[in-house]
Amino acid sequence: MSVKDSNDQALPRTEPIQSATFSNPINAEIRRAAATGIYDIRGGGAKRRVPHFDDLLFLGASVSRYPLEGYREKCDTKVTLGTRFAKNPIELDIPITIAGMSFGALSGPAKEALGRGASAAGTSTTTGDGGMTPEERGHSNKLVYQYLPSRYGMNPDDLRKADAIEVVVGQGAKPGGGGMLLGQKISDRVAEMRNLPKGIDQRSACRHPDWTGPDDLEIKILELREITGWEKPIYVKVGGTRPYYDTALAVKAGADVVVLDGMQGGTAATQDVFIEHVGLPTLACIRPAVQALQDLGVHREVQLIISGGIRTGADVAKAMALGADAVAIGTAALVALGDNDPRWEAEYQALGTTAGAYDDWHEGRDPAGITTQDPELQKRLDPIEAGRRLRNYLNVMTLEAQTIARACGHNNLHNLEPEDLCALTMEAAAMARVPLAGTTWWPGKDSSGF
Amino acid sequence: MQTYDLDASGLRGLNAALHAQAKDTNQTTWEIVNPKGSHAVAVGLDAPIEVTVKGSTGYYTAGMNKQATVNVQGSAGPGVAENMMSGTVIIEGDASQYAGATGHGGLLVIKGNASSRCGISMKGIDIVVHGNVGHMSAFMAQSGNLVVCGDAGDALGDSIYEARLFVRGSVKSLGADCVEKEMRPEHLELLRDLLERAGADAKPEEFKRYGSARQLYNFKVDNAY
Repeated sequence: MSVKDSNDQALPRTEPIQSATFSNPINAEIRRAAATGIYDIRGGGAKRRVPHFDDLLFLGASVSRYPLEGYREKCDTKVTLGTRFAKNPIELDIPITIAGMSFGALSGPAKEALGRGASAAGTSTTTGDGGMTPEERGHSNKLVYQYLPSRYGMNPDDLRKADAIEVVVGQGAKPGGGGMLLGQKISDRVAEMRNLPKGIDQRSACRHPDWTGPDDLEIKILELREITGWEKPIYVKVGGTRPYYDTALAVKAGADVVVLDGMQGGTAATQDVFIEHVGLPTLACIRPAVQALQDLGVHREVQLIISGGIRTGADVAKAMALGADAVAIGTAALVALGDNDPRWEAEYQALGTTAGAYDDWHEGRDPAGITTQDPELQKRLDPIEAGRRLRNYLNVMTLEAQTIARACGHNNLHNLEPEDLCALTMEAAAMARVPLAGTTWWPGKDSSGF
Repeated sequence: MQTYDLDASGLRGLNAALHAQAKDTNQTTWEIVNPKGSHAVAVGLDAPIEVTVKGSTGYYTAGMNKQATVNVQGSAGPGVAENMMSGTVIIEGDASQYAGATGHGGLLVIKGNASSRCGISMKGIDIVVHGNVGHMSAFMAQSGNLVVCGDAGDALGDSIYEARLFVRGSVKSLGADCVEKEMRPEHLELLRDLLERAGADAKPEEFKRYGSARQLYNFKVDNAY
């Protein structure tokens, strides 16, 4: 019954206002937690809006800059990784690599497709927390073998088969956290490779079992080099938290390559609270890392690979303009294979989600057949066709990056530089250390510290 | 017998020479002198050779060993025989942290004491320690056998999976999900074999067995979906 005024008119009512603090998604999560008694686990990287490459623009050529012509003039994209100590550095045609993703988290056909696509595009792919599969090695011209805290499937034979070794200290989605693979995905083959009982919820260790700090890491790297005859580049991968110091310590420990992964970088599964509340945006990681390399006099001698939210050739070009030697993609590669494709919308709806938002990769029910060990779902992914899509996507990203580099007057992607950029927001200007658009200033320009 | 002076000729030359040994090599016996605590001594071996180190070593001695028998006539630093696949590694003295870490197979014998995290994340290796082991030993141990003829420190077998732990002396405390278990005849038989191969003067009946309660194998929730 409405309340009326003296003229028998309905009184105006306050419009219902949804709390910005207690939003519908927050309230839904409170109800979910109350009902289940367990934190939300999901895959992927940070979904919240953070300063990113979209907040940067290239300036392009002008009177003072001389552009190169479209696709006709040369613009080199090759990169060599591991030139510092390794006898056999990795030479790639493009500076876009495939990040580490495990067999276990991904299906066998998905790993094969990643290898096929990467190889066709002239780049490398990377194993993950589960060891090296024969399919993956067989279909990857250049394969980086991850050396992880869990050491699942770790053996010297596979170490010697690898083209490079990546010592994983952390990753951007969960710096300080270990891996997680729930029982639904521990199939017979996964259980055998990891030497674990079938069907258990498996937690990978968050720290390495046999070294504890940078001094130990230096000796660990020595051991890996001795076992492999100093042939293979050694990467050190860190999650974006203290990029200046982590980069400096990785260099001190003897890394050939530093891989730096921001919080938009994906994971197979971890707590949502971890993904959204721990770590730095990718954009905030690059300049401190580059400065560390420059301060130590090893920029370009120790290569820097940036990952976490790389989606387009523009992102590639921006990361390289800020000083990276290459980038790595994970989530974007899965999307190229077919992950979250609207063609499976009815099935996403049946799982209580929608195409583009599906992130319950740990449950093993991926309609696209990528993040699953279900034999029937796996059949939905044709590794040859999916590999072709990945190759195309990598080629497009490379062409896009070249387009931008030429417009800025560069005949090599590695000649892109911070001076080519400006920022749209104060936050991005501060993180990327490039001027706010239309100015010559960025926050912190006159300070040298972190 | 081949003798290699590590101090004079360097680590790279040593490991390169040992890696060059084929399965049918006739240079089956090696002696390394003047190790002086060097790291990564005799790592990545993959041939049925016998290597004796005359003195103490640093980190990761015999790391990732396959087939070879490595005998350290001294003490070994952290991570001895880490990720060993097969073969035998014998430490005549003490071993520092992480002995046998993540080992997949083979036999590691420590005739003295082992420090903390002995057998951490072990994946099938057999480890026999004649003396004591430090805290957090067999942390997240997946499979294989850890035999401790002396005492074990705090949090033995924390977050253990399916590895079997045998301790003759006291256990200061058990880690999460690690419990004492019944010693059945097959365990006594297994233990007898391990003690014999490790040259340990102990009777299987003097040991207690510990393993996983398997209560942490799956998240406990009211309504998972």
